[in-house]
Amino acid sequence: MGGGRGRGRKRAPALLRQRDAQAGEGRGGHFQAGWGGPQKSGRRCNVQTEESMFEDSWCAKSERAGPESMYPIQVHSPEYSYGCPPPQAWLGRSERLTRKNYMVKNLKRFRKQLEREVGKLEAAKCDFFPKTFELPSDYHLFVEEFRKTPGITWIMKPVARSQGKGIFLFRKLKDIMDWRKDVGRSDDQKDDIPVENYVAQRYIENPYLIGGRKFDLRVYVLVMSYIPLRAWLYRDGFVRFSNTRFTLSSIDDHYVHLTNVAVQKTSPDYDPEKGCKWMIQRFRQYLTSKHGPEMVETLFRDMDNIFIKSLQSVQKVIISDKHCFELYGYDILIDQDLKPWLLEVNASPSLAASSQEDYQLKTCLLEDTLHIVDMEASTHRAAHGSVEGKACLLRLYRRKQAYGSRLAWLTGKEKRVGGFDLMWNDGPVSREEEGIDTAGTGNFVANTHLGCNNDRKKQLRQLFCSFHSQKKVTS
Amino acid sequence: MLQEEEDLSLTIAQIVQKLKGSRLYAQLERQAWVSLQKPEIKLETLKEDIKEFFRITGWEKKLHNAVYSELTVFPLPRHPAAPPEHLKEPLVYMRKAQGSWEKRILKSLNSMCTELSIPLARKRPVVEQKELLNKWNEMGTDEPDLSLFRPVYAPKDFLEVLINLRNPNYENGEHLNFKTHLGLIQVPLKVKYISELKEFFVELSLNTGQLGIDDATQVPPELFENEHVRLGQKVLAEQDSAAAQQYIRQGSPTALRAELWALILNVSNQPEDLLYYEQLKSNVIQHDLLVDSLIYKDVKLTASNDDYYFVFEDYLYQVLLCFSRDTAVLGHFAYNSASPPKSYIRGKLGMEDYAVFYPPNGVIPFHGFSMYVAPLCFLYHEPSKLYQIFREMYVRFFFRLHSISSHHSGIVSLCLLFETLLQTHLPQLFYHLREIGAQPLRISFKWMVRAFSGYLATDQLLLLWDRILGYNSLEILAVLRPRVA
Repeated sequence: MGGGRGRGRKRAPALLRQRDAQAGEGRGGHFQAGWGGPQKSGRRCNVQTEESMFEDSWCAKSERAGPESMYPIQVHSPEYSYGCPPPQAWLGRSERLTRKNYMVKNLKRFRKQLEREVGKLEAAKCDFFPKTFELPSDYHLFVEEFRKTPGITWIMKPVARSQGKGIFLFRKLKDIMDWRKDVGRSDDQKDDIPVENYVAQRYIENPYLIGGRKFDLRVYVLVMSYIPLRAWLYRDGFVRFSNTRFTLSSIDDHYVHLTNVAVQKTSPDYDPEKGCKWMIQRFRQYLTSKHGPEMVETLFRDMDNIFIKSLQSVQKVIISDKHCFELYGYDILIDQDLKPWLLEVNASPSLAASSQEDYQLKTCLLEDTLHIVDMEASTHRAAHGSVEGKACLLRLYRRKQAYGSRLAWLTGKEKRVGGFDLMWNDGPVSREEEGIDTAGTGNFVANTHLGCNNDRKKQLRQLFCSFHSQKKVTS
Repeated sequence: MLQEEEDLSLTIAQIVQKLKGSRLYAQLERQAWVSLQKPEIKLETLKEDIKEFFRITGWEKKLHNAVYSELTVFPLPRHPAAPPEHLKEPLVYMRKAQGSWEKRILKSLNSMCTELSIPLARKRPVVEQKELLNKWNEMGTDEPDLSLFRPVYAPKDFLEVLINLRNPNYENGEHLNFKTHLGLIQVPLKVKYISELKEFFVELSLNTGQLGIDDATQVPPELFENEHVRLGQKVLAEQDSAAAQQYIRQGSPTALRAELWALILNVSNQPEDLLYYEQLKSNVIQHDLLVDSLIYKDVKLTASNDDYYFVFEDYLYQVLLCFSRDTAVLGHFAYNSASPPKSYIRGKLGMEDYAVFYPPNGVIPFHGFSMYVAPLCFLYHEPSKLYQIFREMYVRFFFRLHSISSHHSGIVSLCLLFETLLQTHLPQLFYHLREIGAQPLRISFKWMVRAFSGYLATDQLLLLWDRILGYNSLEILAVLRPRVA
């Protein structure tokens, strides 16, 4: 791994080594595409790009690949691979945001900084993360807080796992006593192999319920660069419901409390036909008819704030590279007072579809991601790929080609591409046209449309037509 | 002239009679007594002063709304010598057809009853009552064994009955001739022409703004949307039923819809209504009806499997189970061509003294019935208000969708209207569908019986139902179908 260009090959940290082992051959290159069924059991492969040919390639190996299972692609085009950071720094990329313990640390640090530099009011905007303690390192701090507020529920989450694995709820310290014993032992080891770290987080006991069920939101944010921070927000997303009625009396019942689709899928009365998802548009309408448009506006503005602040907090720690991008899946929980809480950020959100609508959403999401990434047209080969995987990629690419361009047709000044709205461009982005001085009037309206009408095809066509007409003028 | 005046005074007398029994009357009386304490009321001009007092305090408006609401369901003036059946349904052959259809349903229900040897009704043991009370808010988690139950009938069965309707006075002959209708419905009812429809639905014309179209993202809100929303808020502030009904013809803003519908249907959440709902709830808990299992089955089959309504499963049980116990619904059978089925205490068959209506509200649910309630869950969240709104919607509109009658909003007329419109304006489509053996009515019948619930996205469905309320007629459904086709 590594730049493959004669840089000192550092010993990759354990996590990565683990991946390497799985990957088998291949080194160099900096992309990964996971493929596989909903359990994400795909291999991650790295592909040689020595001689390179500036070509994008990614590997696809899947157990159950098919047109419906597409995966997040983090593509670092090899033509830029030369400048890409070595693997350790790569490790320091999205992990800073997506591993729960790092997320907390970064947010706390950012909050302190804001308080120092700007003031308490601004710092209070960072209070969207429930009180979290990293275990085992912050165990004593955690116990102190625990004793301060007896009787409330806490949730224990493994730092680096996903799909709801390993999560449990507790109210008494003795529930985690056994776990502590194991931890004490391994403190002596200075191994690089990371111990399964956990975070203990205050459980939100008054979630907003619809039909008596708990739910959370999945929202997609595309980050094109960290310095300067450029982030896009996708208009669609979905609401995941837990299959059973919410009650605090049974904290062992995972099906009640955890809303990940992966967990719900194993629930006894899960019916794949019905799914447990709503599109965010429907959710937004439901809330509007119940609470009125102003409260809903406030809620969505607060959510925008979550996205921006969380990205800003890791801005300095993530090694930015203009030629890398990342698509994050944010999990947001809403409580009874219509306050949004950030549950976690996923670096590789599942793109397996559970229903026709879901499939629609995810294909369009990926298409628009690719538009923005603005890949240069070149041959895309899937190395180590299965036939279906290849076909799937080609289909994606052809669809992009259907809009006709093989050249960069995004000028970089667009505020909207398909379903993505430019949320942050080294500063807040306003919905108003440039030139109209809204800052002065204080009527700043952010350029985000989460849950609003997504007429992306129309918009893309307009974009393409305007580009074409521009071309005609210049040529 | 004289006749009209007579009719009017008769109408007034009847409405006054009806309102005298309502709680609004009692409240007005109480308010009048209270107002006597006020200094503005003088003995010499007592009547005018009290009227003025009512006007200022908004009670007059409430009275207006109550009268308006009565008028909407009030029957048209008819021949004084006509028997009450004529109010239900003037055409004899229709009445007969409805009667035989009802017999069939009852037979099916009774046979299911004997097959499964479940009584039509039984009292619940105390233990079971306690259990149900605990589980009242999450009845959806219950998984009773319903495999042996089947819905009593489905829309397609009903369609077969409608297709076979014939007017004995109308000679169609055995063979096809130029008088035979090309569609499935062979009954010569009067339906509106397109010109009449255009007049009727004048607010839906192209040059009038509509919500759902003219509030799309490209249209600047100043053009229509802002003004419309402001108007809506004003209507709500005035609490005027008639104005709301007029307003809603152009669609209702999402945030105001729940209140507007409550205003139009004249539903308010008074303590008496809550009490009434609690009473129904206790009826449900004490007695178990066979119809309950049918309701369970229907919800599990339809609403629970719907992508958007599965969340509201629990509410559906709470509303539908109480609905089947509500004897107030029996009132609507005065103008419904259907009649509530009767059941006799064991051993006393035929003796009227021992007859009860079964189910207590007289309505036997069919496959898809729960979909009438599901879209309302988007708007109302307290079970008692949701229940009242549903009940009003049912006794004003939905009952017409599954009973045989010649009413212009009845399902037979709607089918005929649909077929006529399609034939007149999309003749090629109609002909093509016939050629390939797919009669258009067969495809779109189930959409109409459910008032498009479950077939349209919720926001569009609610806009459609806005128009139903606004025009007090279901004809919009028939007009929508050719557009969808």
